[in-house]
Amino acid sequence: MAKRDESSELLRELVAHLRQNRTQLREEWVVRISETRLLTAMTKEEIFAEATSVYDSYVEALETETFEALQAYARNLSERIIPRGVETHEVVGIVLLLRDVLARSLFAKYQTDFKKLNRILDAYEPAANRIANTVAVGFVQERERVIRQQQEAIRELSTPVLQVRERLLILPIIGVIDPQRARQLTEQLLRGIRTNRAKVVVIDITGVAAMDVTVANHLVQTVEASRLLGATVIVTGLSPEIAQTLVTIGVDLGKMNTVGDLQGGIEQAERLLGYKVMALAEPS
Amino acid sequence: MEVPILKQGAVLIATFQAALSDADLNQLRSALVQQVVRFRSRGVIVDVTAMDVMDSFASRTLREIAHMIRLRGAETVIVGIQPEVAFAMVQLGLTLEGVATALDLEEGLAYLNQKFKTTK
Repeated sequence: MAKRDESSELLRELVAHLRQNRTQLREEWVVRISETRLLTAMTKEEIFAEATSVYDSYVEALETETFEALQAYARNLSERIIPRGVETHEVVGIVLLLRDVLARSLFAKYQTDFKKLNRILDAYEPAANRIANTVAVGFVQERERVIRQQQEAIRELSTPVLQVRERLLILPIIGVIDPQRARQLTEQLLRGIRTNRAKVVVIDITGVAAMDVTVANHLVQTVEASRLLGATVIVTGLSPEIAQTLVTIGVDLGKMNTVGDLQGGIEQAERLLGYKVMALAEPS
Repeated sequence: MEVPILKQGAVLIATFQAALSDADLNQLRSALVQQVVRFRSRGVIVDVTAMDVMDSFASRTLREIAHMIRLRGAETVIVGIQPEVAFAMVQLGLTLEGVATALDLEEGLAYLNQKFKTTK
């Protein structure tokens, strides 16, 4: 307990020192940041403003030995700077720079009393490392959250079920299909068939680069499930590579109605629905 | 619970009101196969909209009904399979091969009328 008291005593002294030299240390830090060419995406004024808030939160975290406020600030900061292209190494870099700047000032202050310096550093280092950790973790978590959010958005965007004619839907699939996305596609398609009362569905996979056994089987299942809802499925745009893969791995495509390209697929769908499309006149 | 069978012109309509026991399904099968000839029906619609689970027995019975009705000289359409049920069935390998399906009662009737026209 005595040791803990002593350590808080030292931290208090340390905080007082940092408060006293706030302006000078902060400026030194900003100079170091621009010297090392970190945060190049931000202007000098912005860096200075952020540095001030970071410095104050830093000192506050040292003083109170609670990291919640700093964590919240780090998250808030990340939210603002991630869209501007600030990288993880930069954020970690500036926090480490601040740690070094402050440590240097401690060296300068206590250079005549090595014992005291040692004890001060004993108190300072663990807290400083924890702060660096908190900020870095906060930044990475925020980044991961942004990535997850974007993935979600891409997934939503990439599975449109479109009605092109009364009772005719098209489902263009673009990009990589993983099992989760395949499941979502199927659900959306089946729901779309019900709400639009579709009789024919054209699934266009021109934009799908590769397909494995799981996904191919899923496609077959989707075709069968659609049939149970009374809709015929036409698959278009199978690339030569995918065709080869499907034949090699022996997926049963007998139940699938395939047409070369999307145009052919829509034409066949129109035939199935009894539409006849013709040009009104010669195109000029 | 017995499934009511309604006669509508040349079509018999059997609508499931709830999930059925195996015995009910067997009863439905024999009733339909008898009545299709008694009423000289040309088509049968089995409406399964109310079913939220389709097990292998139910799906086999539906397939048997369809095939037996064909042997008795009429067409069968299964209508109203729910999207989730459809996908679950396919994953279990219950695909009702060789059985006509349609979205709902209206579609089923349209399908049968189309069939009647072409085979008149």
